[in-house]
Amino acid sequence: MTPCPTMHLLLLFPSFPAATPPAPVKMADRPVPVAEKRLMDVKLGELPRWLAGRNWSPNGLVGGVLGGYDRYYNKYINVKKGGIGGVAMFVFGYVVLSYVWDYEHLKHDRWRKYH
Amino acid sequence: MTLSLFDQFLSPALMGVPLAAAALALPWALFPRPTLRWVNNRLLTLQNWFFGQFAQQIFLPINIAGHKWAVLLTSLMLFLITLNTAGLLPYTFTPTTQLSMNMGFAVPLWLATVILGMRTQPTHSLGHLLPEGTPTLLIPVLIIIETISLFIRPLALGVRLTANLTAGHLLIQLVSTATSVLLMTMPVLAVLTATLLFLLTLLEVAVAMIQAYVFVLLLSLYLQENV
Repeated sequence: MTPCPTMHLLLLFPSFPAATPPAPVKMADRPVPVAEKRLMDVKLGELPRWLAGRNWSPNGLVGGVLGGYDRYYNKYINVKKGGIGGVAMFVFGYVVLSYVWDYEHLKHDRWRKYH
Repeated sequence: MTLSLFDQFLSPALMGVPLAAAALALPWALFPRPTLRWVNNRLLTLQNWFFGQFAQQIFLPINIAGHKWAVLLTSLMLFLITLNTAGLLPYTFTPTTQLSMNMGFAVPLWLATVILGMRTQPTHSLGHLLPEGTPTLLIPVLIIIETISLFIRPLALGVRLTANLTAGHLLIQLVSTATSVLLMTMPVLAVLTATLLFLLTLLEVAVAMIQAYVFVLLLSLYLQENV
């Protein structure tokens, strides 16, 4: 006799739902420690923990700056048909940074009746 | 708090770091490192073309021994031209308006050319103190004059760059203040001053580039005499 009696049933009902093996866990679904997430994936509540997990040593800061520079460069400038946009955005950011840096001094430059 | 016209040349600090630090770091960010590729991106291609043109132009009259200075003078030119033109953007700080920085460039480089000349070919270098064909009676006076002119060179280099840029920035500030004040009272006159401001800005862009070029050109001339 057949070792598994239900096999006859399976022959009659081939689409009978048999026990399917568990679905494989995808890489994207695995839980990731907060410190290793990219900034855009970090939830607002997790932000202090994320910041605490970053490398704040001098080497880490320099690495961060150079990494950021590389990312910007490879995205906007090191492309086949780069235009003025890449440099223009950077220069605009520099102007904004200069304004912020100078603000304490600039805020005194207001319209006055008597100078 | 009294505001003076020279307040634009201050370098305020944010959390202890002066704005001059950001201004000096800008040229580093604008000139990326060339790659080993045969064809680079457009920015690098443009910059490399410019370096080649400039180096060829400057080093054509200098003999082979002076070509060791190519990297130094080209990088100096790039640094100055970037600082000068970036200083024309609103709210930015121009380090080359500070006499201390320009003298810091001028004196060591000029002194290097003089010492190089005195060490490798002292007779030839000293010979520059007396132009050819001088009448005999004028020789003592002329040697004194040429020595003074030799020592005034670094001062002239530094002060020329400082004065040109400072004066340009001041003029822009004055004319723009005049324009914005006149806009309230006499708008027609404000149009005139606005035109003046536009032309002045164009001039300042040109001056920014020319002054950097002149600085490096004169240094290359001093090098040519001594090498």
